Amino acid sequence: MKSRTNILANIDWIIIILYLLLVFLGWINIYSVEYNEETAGSFSFASRHGRQLLWIIFAMIIAGIVVIIDSKFYMYLAWPLYIFMLFLLISVLLIGKEIHGSRSWFVLGGFQFQPSEFAKFITALVLAKYLSSPNMSLKSFKSIIQSVALIFIPAIFILLQPDTGSSLVYASLFIVLYREGLPGIYVLIGFSLMILFILTLVFNKFVVVAGITGIAFLLYFFLEPRKKLFLNGFIIFTLIAGGLAILGLILPGGLSNSVILILSLVISGIIYSALAYIHKLKHIVAIFLFVAGSIIFVFSVDYVFNNILGDHQQKRINVVLGIESDPLGSGYNVNQSKIAIGSGGMWGKGFLRGTQTKFNFVPEQSTDFIFCTVGEEWGFAGSLVLISLFLLLLFRVLFIAERQKNKFNRVYAYSVFSILFFHFVINIGMTIGLVPVIGIPLPFISYGGSSLWAFTILIFILVKIDASRTESL
Amino acid sequence: MKNPFENRKYLIGGLLILISILYVIKLLHLQIIDKSYRLSANNNVLTFVPQFPARGLIYDRNGELIVYNEAAYDLMVIPSQLEDFDTLELCNSLNIDISYLEQKLKEARNYSRYIPSSVVNQISSVNYARLQEKLYKFPGFYVQPRTLRKYSKDIAAHILGYVGEVNKKTISEDSYYKLGDYIGINGIEKSYEKLLRGEKGVNIYLVDVYHRRKGPYQNGRFDTMAVAGSDLTTCFDSDLQEYGEMLMNNKIGSIVAIEPSSGEVLSLVSSPSYKPSLLVGRQRSINYPKLIQDTLKPLFNRALMASYPPGSTFKTINGLIGLQEGVLFPWTSYSCNLGYYSGGVHVSCHAHDSPLQLIGAVKNSCNAYFCNTYRSILDDPKFNDIHDSFENWRKHLISFGLGQKLGLDLTNELAGFIPKAAYFDRIYGEKGWSSLTVISLSIGQGELGLTPLQMANMTSVIANRGYYISPHIIKEPQPAGLERHYADIDSAYYSTIIEGMDQAVNGMPGTGSTARIARIDSIRLCGKTGTAQNPHGKDHSLFIAFAPKDDPKIAISVIVENGGFGATYAAPIASLMIEKYLKGKVKRKWIENYILEANLIDEKQD
Repeated sequence: MKSRTNILANIDWIIIILYLLLVFLGWINIYSVEYNEETAGSFSFASRHGRQLLWIIFAMIIAGIVVIIDSKFYMYLAWPLYIFMLFLLISVLLIGKEIHGSRSWFVLGGFQFQPSEFAKFITALVLAKYLSSPNMSLKSFKSIIQSVALIFIPAIFILLQPDTGSSLVYASLFIVLYREGLPGIYVLIGFSLMILFILTLVFNKFVVVAGITGIAFLLYFFLEPRKKLFLNGFIIFTLIAGGLAILGLILPGGLSNSVILILSLVISGIIYSALAYIHKLKHIVAIFLFVAGSIIFVFSVDYVFNNILGDHQQKRINVVLGIESDPLGSGYNVNQSKIAIGSGGMWGKGFLRGTQTKFNFVPEQSTDFIFCTVGEEWGFAGSLVLISLFLLLLFRVLFIAERQKNKFNRVYAYSVFSILFFHFVINIGMTIGLVPVIGIPLPFISYGGSSLWAFTILIFILVKIDASRTESL
Repeated sequence: MKNPFENRKYLIGGLLILISILYVIKLLHLQIIDKSYRLSANNNVLTFVPQFPARGLIYDRNGELIVYNEAAYDLMVIPSQLEDFDTLELCNSLNIDISYLEQKLKEARNYSRYIPSSVVNQISSVNYARLQEKLYKFPGFYVQPRTLRKYSKDIAAHILGYVGEVNKKTISEDSYYKLGDYIGINGIEKSYEKLLRGEKGVNIYLVDVYHRRKGPYQNGRFDTMAVAGSDLTTCFDSDLQEYGEMLMNNKIGSIVAIEPSSGEVLSLVSSPSYKPSLLVGRQRSINYPKLIQDTLKPLFNRALMASYPPGSTFKTINGLIGLQEGVLFPWTSYSCNLGYYSGGVHVSCHAHDSPLQLIGAVKNSCNAYFCNTYRSILDDPKFNDIHDSFENWRKHLISFGLGQKLGLDLTNELAGFIPKAAYFDRIYGEKGWSSLTVISLSIGQGELGLTPLQMANMTSVIANRGYYISPHIIKEPQPAGLERHYADIDSAYYSTIIEGMDQAVNGMPGTGSTARIARIDSIRLCGKTGTAQNPHGKDHSLFIAFAPKDDPKIAISVIVENGGFGATYAAPIASLMIEKYLKGKVKRKWIENYILEANLIDEKQD
């Protein structure tokens, strides 16, 4: 057993300095947002910057406690904490207080507490515990499913609150799975589905299905050495499609283009299967699966988008994809935010001199849209500094992750990286209009006690397990 | 041990760098390259001026314009832009007290220093013209054009509802609304708020340090046009509505008239009412408290919210249920000797021919006949006990749309009350009650509550011989879900009851017709009187009717509180309404005068 002083010597001071800098910058900007000439000079813990200061002080105490606790504790308590967290996530759905339409908060007296913030580091711990169990390999389908389940269970409860933003954070843990050996094909499929998703929303279903059909024929052409068979196949499809089109003209109700296209695909699909059987064609089966899978995906995306997503979520996605322009509605926040950031120029308007961010025109000014204040008051230079600080922090976490000797530590470190990465990319991306407005805070910067404490715990557990990485387990 | 996936860290790190570069490029573009986002160095700011769309107009069923808009102006203030100004001059040009102005400025500062708050609402065009010339002297103040509701006929307050400032709760729930916005608060204005209001637009202006507008920001690239509200065509007939309100003057009660074939509400009167113009603009704050404090409750929509025992009008329904259950036939005959006597219970009746068959019983409104009928429904041996038979009877009532909200496209409709068997179990114990205990239900007394709307709807079912279409107040755009709801009574059974209702109005003089006063020579009107006992005072006068008999165009229910017999006030009022609707004008001036002169409110207060 090594002494405590040794732990202090092993602590990664770079990460702590970056943490302190970010928390300090956050507070400065919250102060500026809340600043008001009339109340200037007075200080009260009732104001937002006052309360944030209080939370920062508590965060420091929490950080100290996290570092003092024995590092094995985090490994052994991963599962009990996970169960307790699920209990809290279920209770908040039942007895939580509804604020802005979602049931994410416990309210005890004057104190509010958001369990979903703390669920992040607990999920990271349990994922690390699970993936570091002996003989674990992400090559087996069963362990992939189990790790995905560990990630999705809390995400689903959070989605029910509903807090779409916080639940999406869990998707970032796929980075961890990827690093730990998730086969590349899943990443490829995931990536293609994402592209197909965007295409489905930007173009109509018919165009996308037609595109898929075109790609299928191209694949068929290149993969089939007997070009005559390809030609036959192409003619069969064209004849069926043509026949249906004529039928559409005759029928009283007519047939829509997409009905014609899909019917032709189904009918020719049946004929092709027969041909494939006779001529022993193998690759055509793969092409079928590709076409059928894509079409099912396109239609389910369309269904989910139109029937399951709420109005405001549809609008936010549409605004980013450029389908809908709605500067006063969903696009309003983004436009306000862009104007505020853009008005900062190179050097910004200076501390407390922001005008756009003082109008309260952008809601969530001190929480989700805090980056606007940075952009407006500190300009491009300030934004660059903030982004650089985050980059340094993220690369430091990555560096720490890679120097871990045991898998538990590495998985946890990668989880920290993924969660911070996601928050950083989504939050700044939405304020500059590159990502849909997903309400999640900018770590260490945004106003809010639950989020600051949860990120503090997340980071300091990493600091602790890294400091004791040389201890034998 | 070398981890086979270690190289993946380069891809992950690469992704981070790639996204960061993308973000920095975007920031470079936003903050440095694209000058349009930059506001010049002398600290110019943007000001957002919402554009309020005109609220949709409301027409009656004949295309007559009922509700339209008039321009008015709100004086707004942005506290952070205020400078010293001559308060007295501002107050004088607006006719307001200095203390009022100071109060308003304080409220505005407390709300937000940067978001506009209103100081004086709904300044008329004339005052606005005067104010505008001086406005340059008052930096921080500006004028926001608005629209105010105007009424071509000052009627139908309970249908139309009113418009007022949105409250804080709504603002927190719906981000569309901002402090000072207007919203429909009642009636159509509320239930069709989304259609009527349209969509706000916004103009973004650049203003300099003196808050002078320097022109549209980025040539209006971010501006949006306001979308005007949609116009609505209602189902009610404004002439009929006006006439109904006139007839109900000085009476408490309600009239609901429905076109049976479509479910369109032709008239919906709740009396006493108020003039809708009282709740527009600046008068609202003066008039609203007066209306709230009025002991006659003019704001209370009796047509949808008050429930009454239906009295003898309910005999029609019990007759139909008896026929359907096979315990009553048109030729079934019961005798009546000034009432019904059984097991120590006595339900009295008036003098009329005896014995009577079903048609005659409806015509004469014989209590004994329907006590017998009701007992044969509840004591029907095909049911195990009274609980089953009672629930079966209740199920029939539900199929007439009673005991539930009919889904009228207005706010605040209530469900009325039809007791369940369990209700009597609680009072008398499970075995402690029988058909005799609840005998008053046979004649529509006791534990029954029907809203005037439900009574008119039930009359629609009779007029349609078996179904109703969900009653609605808006014709265009047509509300969704208008379908036929069938009452579970075979359509063949209606003819007998309708014959009885015809005889009640059109029977020969001296043959016991209870509602001869409702007779109109040129229209075959079918009706049924009701006199509902009222524990708090004089009986309520009720009447349900439809006409013409063979091709019903209107079904109506009338309730006059404390009006005595059904035939005294309710029947003539219903008859006048039907004549007015079908003929366009009323010939029977003596009845009209009799009703117009009747003053039941003063009588009550004496």
